[in-house]
Order: sequence, then structure tokens, then C-alpha cells
Amino acid sequence: MIDEVLAIDQLGFQYGEKQVLSDISLSLNSGKYYALLGPNGAGKSTLFSLICQLLRPVSGSLNLMGKNTQKHTRFALKQLGIVFQQPTLDLDLTVTQNLQYHASLQGMSGALTRQRIEEELARFGLADRAKDKVRALNGGHRRRVEIARALLHKPKLLLLDEATVGLDQNTRDAMNTHLRALCDSEGITILSSTHLIDEVKPNDELIVLLNGQVKLQQRCEEAMKSLGVETVQQLYRQMHMSGGQ
Amino acid sequence: MAYFTCFTGILIRELLRFWQQRSRLISALVRPLLWLVVFAAGFRAALGVAIIPPYETYITYEVYIVPGLAGVIMLFNGMQSSLSMVYDREMGSMKVLLTSPMPRSFLLVSKLLAGAFISTLQVYAFFAIAWLLDVQAEPIGYLVVLPALVLTALMLGALGLLLSSFIKQLENFAGVMNFVVFPMFFLSSALYPLWKMQESSEWLYQLCLFNPFTHAVELIRFAMYSQFNAQALAVTLGCTLAFIGLAIWGYDPKRGMVRRKVGG
Repeated sequence: MIDEVLAIDQLGFQYGEKQVLSDISLSLNSGKYYALLGPNGAGKSTLFSLICQLLRPVSGSLNLMGKNTQKHTRFALKQLGIVFQQPTLDLDLTVTQNLQYHASLQGMSGALTRQRIEEELARFGLADRAKDKVRALNGGHRRRVEIARALLHKPKLLLLDEATVGLDQNTRDAMNTHLRALCDSEGITILSSTHLIDEVKPNDELIVLLNGQVKLQQRCEEAMKSLGVETVQQLYRQMHMSGGQ
Repeated sequence: MAYFTCFTGILIRELLRFWQQRSRLISALVRPLLWLVVFAAGFRAALGVAIIPPYETYITYEVYIVPGLAGVIMLFNGMQSSLSMVYDREMGSMKVLLTSPMPRSFLLVSKLLAGAFISTLQVYAFFAIAWLLDVQAEPIGYLVVLPALVLTALMLGALGLLLSSFIKQLENFAGVMNFVVFPMFFLSSALYPLWKMQESSEWLYQLCLFNPFTHAVELIRFAMYSQFNAQALAVTLGCTLAFIGLAIWGYDPKRGMVRRKVGG
């Protein structure tokens, strides 16, 4: 079994003349929850776009499950489940129709699709909303549908790009608990970007991205101990003020 | 099998979306019907149509403009799909399509085919209404014209896709109407035979010949009378392939999409 799910080596990207990411190196192992913390504009969404190949890196490489993502595009995309920052559900289609569309894009057969939709809707407590139009769901339920959709094809790596933004505190807490449980129960790796510091838990693997560079990759509680701080907030503030030095 | 599943999924989604937006069908039909019923009635006397191929006898102006109006439905549909692609990209749902493990070219061509299918359905709805208004071609013509309609819908859909890859914001889309749709429509043989245009202005006539929409309309016109226009087919097919190729190029992450700032 491959323990390292994603390996990023000296990744760089720029929009025109503007360097957005430089010299990013990361290693993500299976079954772990990685919190990618950084302010708005730090390059989190760009990093996600590079991982899911909406953009191509200017330098460096990405390996998913041991294979280069640019050489093995289809393989790499099959391993990924993605929840984008913007809502991407079709509001006028039902929950099931949205999931069926995603399953077809993954090339999943009809029987498997029906089975997986049933499983994921039950897991996220959405079975009774299957025939409802997405437009009729509240923000929390829509996000749950997006996560269920991202898990439909059983990816190895789930990317969550600010997936809890706009949700109320209770819904965010419930969703975060649920997602961490997925790592244990399914062995799935989660890379979740956020600028909401309270979402990072001591047991999480913490990645801090500042000004397009990775300033820290360490287990959160270990990082707090080594910096002599008691909360993630203090840790982040300290890193932010020192520019990550 | 995975490819077939993927294509079917894209087609079903487009059909479901179209069904949800039934007003699209009505507005797609109202436009050409206004031309057919109102414009044609007013201009029938002013615009006499001589006997030109594929017609073998004098025809009414209404009969003349039916192939052009079929093309117009597909022209507006192609631009509508372009608008929805820009909207999907702005809203983020385009990313769902582009992060499928299927090859990007296959995904884009599938989307084009699905759009062409819907366009063709709309044209047949228009033909049915025109038939009821006593503007009729030979019954076999409605079958023979099918490949010409599909090819035209693909060409115009591909043009829309190409434009959407270069349009950065939804707000910029109005320019497409002014600089693409109306010039393509009026500089074609959709509303008047090209010899009439040549009588008025040689350079406008040359522009009409340069317009791929002219050739698509002629392809439809000839096919409706069970005739084959090789030049029209060559131009329409060539433009379809060129537009598809350029659209795929435009949606390459290294090129078109990269110009749009992803943010964060």
C-alpha cells in the first residue's frame, strides 16, 4: 500500500509576471486530515487548481499515488474528489440528478452509480432529500451534497477549498467532525484549505501557506509546542507577523 | 463504455436543463417566427426571388427564408451555449466538467454534440410550425436536411465554445451579439439571395462569401431540396473542425483558462 498519497516537489506558478506560488514542497500521507491555512490571496485556490489540473505548473512536479499528474492525467483525476470554493451544483436539477451527472463524468456504470448515491446520501443524512431540487436546500445541505458528490467515485484524496465558508457555526462544526471521521473510517486523505483558524484542530496536520510559500508543515500540536504557544490562533498570528521566518 | 456513459450523462444534463428552461424554446422559436410571419409578409413584394438553385420554380419569400431562419435558431443557440459556458465558468460549475478524468477534448466535443442535439430539436419544432403556416418543403427534405442541421449546429456551437474560452467576463458578452451574431446573420444568404447583395455592393458580397454562416445556410437550403452543395459542405465542415480545434486549444489549462485569475 502506498502511504504517500500526494507529493509536491518545488512547485511554482505565476500569473503573467506575478509569482503566486514558489518552491512549494509537500507530502501528504493516506488517512490524514491536512488543514491548509493561509490568508486570502496566499495561493490556496491556485494550489488546488494545480492539483486538479485546471492550471499547469510553471515549475516543479506533482505526484499522486506515485504517478506524475501531468503524465497520468486521467489516473490522477480519478483519485481526486474536489469541493470547490464556489458552489458548483446545478440548482435546477435534483440532488440525485446532480450526483448522477458527476457519476457519468467519472464513467461510472448505472448500477454502481445507484448504489453509491444511496450510500453517500444515507451517510450524509440526505436520503429524504434525494428528489428535491438543489435550489430548495439550505447552504449546509448544499455543501453536504457537494461533499457526497466528491466522494461518489471513492477518491483517495479529497480537496476541500474553503468548503465551510458561509455556513453557520453549528453546521461547520458538524461538517468538520464528519470529515475527520471519514479519514479514519475510509482511510481517505483530506486537504482542506481555510482561513478560519478555529477550524484547525490539534490533531490535524497543519500546512501554513504565506505569500505563495509553505512556511510550515507539521502536526498542529507539535508545531504549537515547538513555538511555545497554546492555541492555533497564537501560532498563526506569530507566523503571520514574522512572515513565517 | 465509460465514454458512452459520460456522453450520455452530459446529454441528459443538457436536456434536463433545457426542460427546466422551457422559455428558451419559446424565445428560440418566437424570433424566427416573427421573421417568417411579419417580416416576410412585409417584404414579400419588395424582395422578389428569382429562380436560383436549388429551386426549380418561383418560390415565395417565406419559402426562401426558412433555411436561413433554421440557421438563425442554431446561431442564437450556439451563442446561448457560449453564454452559458461563460456563466458556468464564472459560477464554477465548469470546473466540475473540466476535472472529470475523461479527456478534455472528449468532454468539450460531448458538450457540443449535446448542444447540437438540442439545437436540432428546436429547428424541427420551427419546421413543424412553418408547415402549419403552409410554408412547406418536400417531406423527404426534412429527413435529408438532418445531417446538414447537425453539422451547422456543431459549427455554431463550436464557434460559441471558442468565443467562451476567450471571453473573460460575462459582462463582455454583449459584444458578441454586436460583433459576431448580427454581422454573421445579416452578411449571409439567410434573408436575401447573394446575387441581390452583389447588385448592391461587390465588397459586401465578398464579405458574405467569406462568412461561414452563408455556407451553412446554403448547405441546409440545398439539403432541404435533396440536393448537395459540395462547396457549402466543405466550408462548413472545415470551419467546424477549425473551431473545435481552436476551442479545445482555448480550454487547455496552459492557454485560455490560465488567463482567468483563479484567486486565493
